[in-house]
Amino acid sequence: MNTHNKNLSTHTDARTRESPGFAATSLLVAPALLVVVGLFGGGLVLGLIQSLAPLPTAGADVLTVEHFANVLSDPDFLHSLMLTLYVSATSTAIAAAFSIFLALVLVSIAKKYRLVHFIFQIPLTVPHLVIAVAVVFMLSPTGFFSRLAVKFGLIDSSAAFPLLINDRWGVGIILAYVWKEVPFITLMILAVLRHTGVELLEVGRTLKAGPWQRFRYITLPTISPSLGAACLIVFAYSFGAFEVPFLLGQSYPMMLPVWAYKNYSDVDLLARPEGIATGIIIAGVIIVAIVLSQTLIQAARRRGTVL
Amino acid sequence: MRSLKQNIISTAVITTVLLPFAVLMMWSFSNRWFYPELWPRQWGFRAWDYVFGTAGFQIITALVQSMLVALVTALMSVAIGLPAGRALGLYEFKGKDLISVILTLPVIVPPLCVAMGLHFWFIKMGLASTFLGVVLVHLTFCLPYSVFVLWGVFSNYNPDYEAQARSLGASSWKVIFRVMLPLTFPGIMVAGLFSFLLSWSQYLSTLIIGGGRVTTLPVLLFALMGSGDRPVAAAVSIVFVVPAFVALLFSARYLGGKSIAGIR
Repeated sequence: MNTHNKNLSTHTDARTRESPGFAATSLLVAPALLVVVGLFGGGLVLGLIQSLAPLPTAGADVLTVEHFANVLSDPDFLHSLMLTLYVSATSTAIAAAFSIFLALVLVSIAKKYRLVHFIFQIPLTVPHLVIAVAVVFMLSPTGFFSRLAVKFGLIDSSAAFPLLINDRWGVGIILAYVWKEVPFITLMILAVLRHTGVELLEVGRTLKAGPWQRFRYITLPTISPSLGAACLIVFAYSFGAFEVPFLLGQSYPMMLPVWAYKNYSDVDLLARPEGIATGIIIAGVIIVAIVLSQTLIQAARRRGTVL
Repeated sequence: MRSLKQNIISTAVITTVLLPFAVLMMWSFSNRWFYPELWPRQWGFRAWDYVFGTAGFQIITALVQSMLVALVTALMSVAIGLPAGRALGLYEFKGKDLISVILTLPVIVPPLCVAMGLHFWFIKMGLASTFLGVVLVHLTFCLPYSVFVLWGVFSNYNPDYEAQARSLGASSWKVIFRVMLPLTFPGIMVAGLFSFLLSWSQYLSTLIIGGGRVTTLPVLLFALMGSGDRPVAAAVSIVFVVPAFVALLFSARYLGGKSIAGIR
């Protein structure tokens, strides 16, 4: 359950014992590291080299930041970046809010409603592509909700139905992400809530703390490390994923990953390094987001405002 | 009052989760369904006939392709992840934090960036547009999950059982197959399941590295969404989601349902 927790915090296991020797341990870890460093690291480095590839007019061995400059100075890039940041941040915030609420409800009813618990986990395993397709069928101007609205006399034709997919505000994209990510964040929080028990809350009650105070000063600090890690993962995912915005996004401005792939697969081969450069920028933004949030959390911990 | 509130929330959760599948189901069983009718005018099996009849060969090929890619990826991911997870879970050694960071990055950085970078290299090595190439790019993202799961498994594993088996004269192979693997079996299944589902739902990395030659189910589904035949796209979506449901049922039945929370 706390796989994600693990990788964002340090390991302290009571059971760990002395290593059987450096050579033996390295031998065990080496294949996995080799694959990850080789394929993941290699992929990023090779991508970087390609995005620094010389222009056909220059010498063959002169690396250039021209492609990055082209991408960064393109007004479309800025629009895409803002849109992508907005969509990722909004879907993460909405999903987090629902998750906190649901976790607090589910922690008290989990035993009674096993079916609810099971059904709640379904979105975890459903591919993003499937929910994106379903959102098209539900929210498009001729979709299920539009039909419902006609049935109830709210609108009289599909033209009167508000644009909810391929729209300016990324409503469809955000809804698809929220549907998919709420169970993930909720279960991360639930894992913590189940472990902490109710003692602290009871202490809070005896000290006459109201429900809001108990939530703000007891529950929230308890869940915030897991909540933060989960939100970071959701933000990073929605910032760099392709399927959902490709099906549910508008054609201009595009979400950044869609824009990157469009350039990458362009018939104009000059656009390809720019596509890769955009991919590197996406990776860069995500890595900066991780480092920044970790630093902020560390700083907050030192000041004692968060657990 | 409390239980009324709980019932309302439970109903809302169930409806929200299941509605998309209900809509997909209705579309897949509709022969004719015009706007603004709320229900199909004519129910039927046209889409399913198409999926397993007319286009059956293409779709079943894609299904098998997806299965094979995901199975091979999962097997490799567990085989490589097992020793690493064991070392990380059982022993204390320098560089663990660094390894943790290195393994976290592929979980968080999107496949898009890496697949675009790897493609050129894979073309040179003859891995582009091949089955192995696609498996390797999937492995990049599945392996870290596998290692993290098995890391957790081995943190709670007691190697003293192995020492006991050895003192009774068991060979190394016997210790692995009769002691370690049975004791860690649920964890291994979880790691495999993670990898399988992760690989199963990959689209863009398959498209970039597979170059349209390795036609997995999502690649086909995207093409169908472009063609605009909604009932058929709905039917293929349902086929695509079945393994996910099976995995969930399996984990709930055999693994206590505690396992599946980290899947992206």
